Amino acid sequence: MRHFLDFEKPVAELERSIEELRRTQEPGGINIEDEVERLTDKADKQLRLTYAKLTPWQKTQVARHPDRPHALDYIHSLITEFTPLAGDRAFADDTAVVGGLGRFNGRSVVVLGTERGSDTETRVAHNFGMARPEGYRKARRLIELAGRFGLPLLTFVDTAGAFPGIDAEARGQAEAIARSIEACLVAPVPIVATIIGEGGSGGAIALATGDRVLMLEHSVYSVISPEGCASILWRDAAQAAVAAEALRLTAVDLHALRIIDTIVSEPIGGAHRMPAEAVASVGVAVQAALAPLLALDAATLLARRREKFLAMGRDIPA
Amino acid sequence: MSWLAEYVRPKIRTLLGRREVPDNLWVQCPECQQMLFSADLERNLKVCTACGHHMRPTAVERLAYTFDTDPGFARIELPRAPADPLRFRDSKRYVDRLKEAREKTGLDDAILVAHGTIGGHRAVVAAQAFEFMGGSMGAAVGEAIVAAARLAVLQQAPLIVFTASGGARMQEGAISLMQMPRTTIATRLVKDAGLPFITVLTDPTTGGVTASFAMLGDLQLAEPGALIGFAGSRVIEQTVRETLPDGFQRAEYLHEHGILDMVVPRTEMRETLARLIGLLCIHEQAPEPMSEAPPELPAAPLPEHAAA
Ligand SMILES: [Zn+2]
Repeated sequence: MRHFLDFEKPVAELERSIEELRRTQEPGGINIEDEVERLTDKADKQLRLTYAKLTPWQKTQVARHPDRPHALDYIHSLITEFTPLAGDRAFADDTAVVGGLGRFNGRSVVVLGTERGSDTETRVAHNFGMARPEGYRKARRLIELAGRFGLPLLTFVDTAGAFPGIDAEARGQAEAIARSIEACLVAPVPIVATIIGEGGSGGAIALATGDRVLMLEHSVYSVISPEGCASILWRDAAQAAVAAEALRLTAVDLHALRIIDTIVSEPIGGAHRMPAEAVASVGVAVQAALAPLLALDAATLLARRREKFLAMGRDIPA
Repeated sequence: MSWLAEYVRPKIRTLLGRREVPDNLWVQCPECQQMLFSADLERNLKVCTACGHHMRPTAVERLAYTFDTDPGFARIELPRAPADPLRFRDSKRYVDRLKEAREKTGLDDAILVAHGTIGGHRAVVAAQAFEFMGGSMGAAVGEAIVAAARLAVLQQAPLIVFTASGGARMQEGAISLMQMPRTTIATRLVKDAGLPFITVLTDPTTGGVTASFAMLGDLQLAEPGALIGFAGSRVIEQTVRETLPDGFQRAEYLHEHGILDMVVPRTEMRETLARLIGLLCIHEQAPEPMSEAPPELPAAPLPEHAAA
């Protein structure tokens, strides 16, 4: 059963009519093909139209769509010989952060991602993609591993943010995030980070301090969720749509602000409509981002990474 | 007291104008409710003389508390940052909020950077200003931390940052988020130069500030009772639907959980920092040229990076 977002309802209705037609067609009955074609055409147009002008708040919903491909979907399809690694060597294995060794287009790499899960069971298992300190410490461990063996690091970020819990605070959530950012900044290997869904604040930047930062067309990346921002600045979480607008959290906005490097186009109707296509486009974009980085020596890579982040926000095109 | 506050003060204000009103003679401690003579409180660095509660000083006061009174310290001019990159507005325009905060505090943004001596040791100090938009971190604060780090490297002096921040400045959106890696780079500049980076976490230190440079100190100190954490307590309560333990996210709690080296009362902060710098900076040069004697050769220096 496909999950439709509110603003997808007109498309949903058209698609339901098409299915209805197909189902009620009796063998040898009147030819409905023309009508099906007309409706399909209409549904396509409607979908194209809707997705061409999604508001930031609508994009936030697309980014959180339950059928959207998640980190493990990318890893399983883009990485061969994927070998998951586990644990922070101190406390636990936090599966909100997934990662390990594998090959990307034949090259040995370390992959990391925040995984939200795709059904009730896996969502609970991955804590809805909200990591605790041990998750960020596992990330740091894998980032350091990549550095030690000269393996490029690919990350797939999709998280509402770090888990806000008593245990997380007690074990040093802030420290764990800070160290993960630091690990990214000193890793002497290429880092390509892709925001594939929701890039939620500190929990996202912990894995996204890369040489190249890619973002899927309808993903969002923000310092705070629109709801959180609305409840603080507007004192009303219902103003989330307004806050989403103000936060400039879309790929287009962030590209203009030079916070991300590349926007990866999504299939019409969003990545959740055609997950395989979306995953493949990300694969192509990651390869294109990675290739020039492979030619750089470690010192140049590190210096440029620092410069890239230091330059951020300094000169913003009007 | 209350009738006095309600009736007398407004009249004096209209007569003298706000700037000329002398500070209240008496201040009530928010913790123990004791009325304190304000001169006593100032002398005690805004620590309640009755219960020891640490009230929030301004960034300007912080610098004065930290550096030696003689020869004093010099504030550096901070680099400019883009004023309103997102053209953000909620109920107010961000540019107007900035303007108000500037008028109210006399600061450019939520941080000050200065250099001087602490117990005779040269040091660069950055003090976040909670009084300026809750000490929130946007590009200007990030830029100031980077500038402070560069100054420390230039002067071969340790960098000490007093944090006081509600976290990221939402009005700068993802640009404020990017201050987390930017300030982290600043900490590396100091560390790579072999200099100490010391953080002193004061009330409150939360969000993106905690999750970046605040937690990357070679040494991490805090003031008693300071609220320190990543997530806000209300968010945590709503998420886990549990009552938060006593003292949760307070300096003492973090110390107990191994996140801080020590909790230091404000009145002992200067001497503590001086001692720590003295112990860490064994190759330190005197802040001012004082003698012509050749420097002593260090005895068998340890390798800078021990093999792991
Ligand atoms: Zn008191």
